[in-house]
Amino acid sequence: MTTASTPAHVARADKARATDGASRTGSSLGYLRHAAGKLGGALVSLLAVLVTSFFLFRIIPGDPVKAMTHGVPTSAEQLATLRRQFGLDLPLWQQFTDYCAKALSGDLGTSFQFRAPVGDLIAEKLPATLLLTGVAVVIYSALGLWLGTRSAWRHGGLGDRLNTGIALTLWSVPSFWLGLLLIIVFSVGMGPIPGLFPTGGMESGTGETGFAYVLDVAHHLVLPVVTLVAVGYAQTLLVMRSSLLDEMGGDYLTTARAKGLRDDAVRRRHAVPNALLPTVTMIFINLGHVAAGSILVETVFSWPGLGGLFYQALSVPDLPLVQGLFVVFAGAMILMNLIADLLYPLLDPRVGR
Amino acid sequence: MTSLTWDRRKDSATRFWRGYRTHRAGLYGLAGLALIALLALAAPLIVGSDVQSVTEAPGTALEPPSAEFPLGTDQFGRSLLGLLIWGARISLLVGLLAAALSVAIGTLVGIIAGHYGGWFSTVVMRITDWFLVMPTLVLAIVLATVMSRSMWTVVLAIGVTSWPTTARLVRAQTIAVESRPYIERATALGGGHRHVMTRHVLPNVMPLVLAQTTLGISTAILTEATLAFLGLGDPTVVSWGGMLQDAREAGAVSSGHWWYLAPPGIAIALVALAFTLCGRAVESVLNPKLGVGR
Repeated sequence: MTTASTPAHVARADKARATDGASRTGSSLGYLRHAAGKLGGALVSLLAVLVTSFFLFRIIPGDPVKAMTHGVPTSAEQLATLRRQFGLDLPLWQQFTDYCAKALSGDLGTSFQFRAPVGDLIAEKLPATLLLTGVAVVIYSALGLWLGTRSAWRHGGLGDRLNTGIALTLWSVPSFWLGLLLIIVFSVGMGPIPGLFPTGGMESGTGETGFAYVLDVAHHLVLPVVTLVAVGYAQTLLVMRSSLLDEMGGDYLTTARAKGLRDDAVRRRHAVPNALLPTVTMIFINLGHVAAGSILVETVFSWPGLGGLFYQALSVPDLPLVQGLFVVFAGAMILMNLIADLLYPLLDPRVGR
Repeated sequence: MTSLTWDRRKDSATRFWRGYRTHRAGLYGLAGLALIALLALAAPLIVGSDVQSVTEAPGTALEPPSAEFPLGTDQFGRSLLGLLIWGARISLLVGLLAAALSVAIGTLVGIIAGHYGGWFSTVVMRITDWFLVMPTLVLAIVLATVMSRSMWTVVLAIGVTSWPTTARLVRAQTIAVESRPYIERATALGGGHRHVMTRHVLPNVMPLVLAQTTLGISTAILTEATLAFLGLGDPTVVSWGGMLQDAREAGAVSSGHWWYLAPPGIAIALVALAFTLCGRAVESVLNPKLGVGR
């Protein structure tokens, strides 16, 4: 995956976050306090996102109207009209309060390219992204957990080295390149392989209904999901592996073995549930990341979702739309982090006593 | 500098190398990097800078691989092998600079937040945490969009969005180092904040910073390729991500020209993998408890 950090750091950052969350909670009252604190933090983060997106687009490019009309010949009159239309003739602080008030009531401005409210455009494309990323995250989390467990349990062996090696190699591959290559091999067809899957889009548009439509969408879903899973599962695998390796030194595992439990039962009932905790946090954080990470995959497969919309907005550049999507992507990350923070004390039995 | 310090540094370097040598994957990574770096440095001798020229392209458009052009040609008739070798320069340069920038910011923020502590540290770490939950790629794309198209924009966009993990790790390490008695001794002998931070804390966090940089480079190279693929890179230079964008625009996908598309992606993946392998080996030498494995 082409998003930010490498698996090893994420693992550590998440563990740090997890223990941080755990230490503060003591009872159900403590949990409420913890939840309120996290909720407050998330709101502050969201406000900070609004501030950033405001200043990023209004201060850095110099004149936003010039940036909006990038490369298009515009008369001074038209510029003035645009400026009035976007409220840019007002003082900066007033623009800012207007912008925040509007954004909080769900109004993200008007797209330049589509001449439609940004909020409506995003709402229209959201389901496709949720479908793609939802399916991908479920598959790669399951795959990562399974392979990570196997790797750690037999660490140092051939299977472990092969597993980690393949995962790291796929993790180093740019997702858009893998997508393009899959299209060449499986959609366009190469040599003896016929074109098995559609080259892009979400449906054939031949008017199927009911079950046939579901099958059609699933058919379109295969290659984008394979791309996202291949590039993304390494992170879950490595976190699960290192987290299980940490647990494997634990005395309680020796006790479990001394009780006469079989190796399989020790792993499934004792080691894995404990090792899962940091990984669960990471899966939620991944959900937030993947929405943004799907920009490339959606672009390559012409998937009609938010990432594809972002790419279209970039090429203009349609600043209100880019700005709106930035707020949505960042908001999704904040929301997923909040869910992870709230869930963690509930999942960890050591918390809440 | 006294010879005693030199001996000590030489000792610890030898110890580090002895540990590193036992990581086979790390050695492969190192060998791969040496080879690629050599190619990139020798590119002017091997292919010459006129490989980028569109007007004096030697071949015709979109030729398949042949004896003259081992990887075929692009839509302007330029040799793809030549472009691939030349592209290594910009990809490596941007990767190194961006990772250096990101780690420099992270180290500075981390040491200062760890050293001063108190409300100042709380505020700084809140900001860091906020950056940590930002979608890095989106932020980098947005920055690259609003600034002018150049290599430095890409470096800046990657650098200022990817520092928070380093800052967190360095801060934790700084706090650990500063709890040791010799820091108290240094302060008692009249060492100021600056002295403690640069002479005592910095050398102790350097190994961590080194591991972070190595790991950061592979992420930076991938991000650079992504930005170039989205058309946000410097249009005047050849990079691997830019080559992929060219390939897509030339219709290499629908016409099945896999030989145009495959090599730049493989090159990106190999370099990113080499840096990741080295970074993991460095990390596990310095911190064997991490469970990174061999």
